[in-house]
Amino acid sequence: MAKNTVSKAYDRVRLARQNGRPTGVDYIENIITGFIELHGDRNYADDEAIVGGIGYLDGRPVTVIAIEKGRNSKERVAHNFGAPHPEGYRKALRLMKQAEKFGRPVICLVDTSGAYCGIGAEERGQGQAIAQCIMEMMALKTPSVSILIGEGGSGGALALAVADRVWMLENAVYSAISPEGCASILWKDASKADEAAESLKLTATDALALGVIEEIIPEQELGKESFYEKLRVKLSREFRELGAMDANELVRQRFERFRNLGVPDMGGKK
Amino acid sequence: MPFIEFLFKPKNELEKGGRQSVQVASADENEPSKPCPNCRKMVPLSQLWANHNTCECGYHFRMNARQRINFICDADTFSEWDAGVTSRDILDFPGYMTKLENTRNACGESEAVVCGRAKIDGEDCCIFVMEPYFMMGSMGTVVGEKITRTFERAIELGLPVVGYTVSGGARMQEGILSLMQMAKTSGAVKRHSEAGLFYLTVITDPTTGGVTASFAMDGDVILAEPGALIGFAGPRVIEQTTRRKLPAGFQKAEFVLEHGFVDAIVPRSTQKATIAQLLKMHAGGERVG
Repeated sequence: MAKNTVSKAYDRVRLARQNGRPTGVDYIENIITGFIELHGDRNYADDEAIVGGIGYLDGRPVTVIAIEKGRNSKERVAHNFGAPHPEGYRKALRLMKQAEKFGRPVICLVDTSGAYCGIGAEERGQGQAIAQCIMEMMALKTPSVSILIGEGGSGGALALAVADRVWMLENAVYSAISPEGCASILWKDASKADEAAESLKLTATDALALGVIEEIIPEQELGKESFYEKLRVKLSREFRELGAMDANELVRQRFERFRNLGVPDMGGKK
Repeated sequence: MPFIEFLFKPKNELEKGGRQSVQVASADENEPSKPCPNCRKMVPLSQLWANHNTCECGYHFRMNARQRINFICDADTFSEWDAGVTSRDILDFPGYMTKLENTRNACGESEAVVCGRAKIDGEDCCIFVMEPYFMMGSMGTVVGEKITRTFERAIELGLPVVGYTVSGGARMQEGILSLMQMAKTSGAVKRHSEAGLFYLTVITDPTTGGVTASFAMDGDVILAEPGALIGFAGPRVIEQTTRRKLPAGFQKAEFVLEHGFVDAIVPRSTQKATIAQLLKMHAGGERVG
């Protein structure tokens, strides 16, 4: 791994946010065949910040849900820079429940600076939409893999990352708050973001060490055919293993996975 | 029951210092009082304590966790779980240890949530109450674990859970692990729900961020206190992001009710009775079945 080329956490943040980095749609186009996009949350609107649908992974139908930042200015505006509204999360949940019904595995591609903060988003229950997504994903009776491909910003990212396996790209970041936000709250100085990034332990290496993710996906071949090929094979293999498991056991193990994260010393008694 | 507990001086609220606790002589007598941010009148402290920390105009002042427990639970029925558990500086975050220590000393609680078992008007339940004076009720690993355990114990005991929320969100000093507490607690709520048990949340001022986006919004019934700020993003962040002035009453409980995200707004004067009634209404299924 090109571990020494990027040493500082904030450099990773920059890389994770960099334009030109493959977005969710790139992954869908290169890994999935016959993708049919499905729109709308059946309640209010279609949120283009989240792209979802059904396609084939190695000939097997899968549901894919991606937070999409857009690849050029026009797309970025259309996809709201990958900042979903509640409708995006409700669409994602609808597609996950649909996948559960038909026994399809779910792939989530996460890349967001965070759920959109705006008046409409709050009016229509951003918190409730994320809460429901998290809770239902925890109990979903079909295998799921979430891949953090760029930015993993707070609850808006977690909403699509309560999966059986969570992977992170080498230069992706995953954090409860942006380094800028953290620096301005704690030190009243957003320019101390690089310091905050270091302290927040938001890199893939940190997440792996803390048990938050299972694997780091190397980036040397990022965006190349061989990169997608390897990822496709890896996903297929993972779903074969997860698919062999009884659905209730799958849910139990998923719960335990998250249950055991950050268990403090409770003084030895339960 | 008589709310005798309210005669005791609320420890945190008044010892906090700062602008609000400056004692100004009220118009009629030389009694200690504090200004109500809503009606601007000086409210005598004795009157405040007698009315569960509310002003006669209806404004609900903040309440610490112990005050709430005394207010809502039947006398001497609360037994605490995991008392005294404190956070560690897992990420080696600059200044966190000092901050924790200072907060513990100033607030008197060891962490931002108090959990246990109690009776409310005779109804057995598990209860968690978040503490606004402990780092604004932020959720780190201890808060996540204590709340998760409350639900797990409630499942074992076959009891409902009553949860009071107040929180600024995930505790950034515990980084990604604090974010994971949203998933952990939600998983526990889901299991409790699948066991057919009742979960009631009371959202108090302010509840935002990761707590709104997890167990606060997961209740079978969601109550809110009048005027409570309830949202995912905080109002200042939204104003900065959108560069728009926020509408009057934005994210207040009344606004959230109007938009369909809470079941009812219940003032403290009728809160205990409402919670007790809801608990009684949900007690049947479990016992008959």
